[in-house]
Amino acid sequence: MARSLKKGFFIDDHLMEKVDAMNQRGEKRVIKTWSRRSTVVPEMVGHTIAVHNGMKFIPVYVSENMVGHKLGEFAMTRTFRSHSGKKEKGGRAR
Amino acid sequence: MARISGVDLPQQKQVWIGLTYIYGIGRTIAKRILAKADVAEITKVKDLTEDEVRRIRKVIQDEVQVEGDLRKERSQNIKRLMEIGCYRGVRHRKGLPVRGQRTHTNARTRKGPKRMSVAGKKKVRK
Repeated sequence: MARSLKKGFFIDDHLMEKVDAMNQRGEKRVIKTWSRRSTVVPEMVGHTIAVHNGMKFIPVYVSENMVGHKLGEFAMTRTFRSHSGKKEKGGRAR
Repeated sequence: MARISGVDLPQQKQVWIGLTYIYGIGRTIAKRILAKADVAEITKVKDLTEDEVRRIRKVIQDEVQVEGDLRKERSQNIKRLMEIGCYRGVRHRKGLPVRGQRTHTNARTRKGPKRMSVAGKKKVRK
């Protein structure tokens, strides 16, 4: 179920602070974050955010289309290496 | 002849059901359209007067998204998901269920017919 509009977007404060600070100084640096649960807000557009996937940080370049999704949606947590089988080109997909 | 948004409606059916032959209109929306157009739901499609058809057409044009437009919007939404590289987009790309269903078994709607290996083909022998 969708979140109540009354509450607004959820975004972790520590991340928002960093984004705001970067916007104020007009600099672009990669922000590392574990906050997969934060919503992508318009302020982030154009920045690169390194989102933790449980093992390492996945750099996500935020574009306008991504606003409204959560950061975690862009950093996959699972690796699927294809099943064994003759027809498959033999494992290691990504 | 009742042709509405590019679809021929079946002559023998009641308008209310006939409208559901249009992509994007189900029973609920069909009823809403007819109420708005002030047409009795149970009239057969072949008995519709020209004026009634016109009113229905107008309501659909003004308020409901159907057929081509709707299909286009849907495919654009999916394309957007795929382009931004989010989880749902990846699932669409791979042709797997998008909303967290299990894939260990089932999920045949998304995955298509079973791909049987040799073992699956084995027949019962005496």
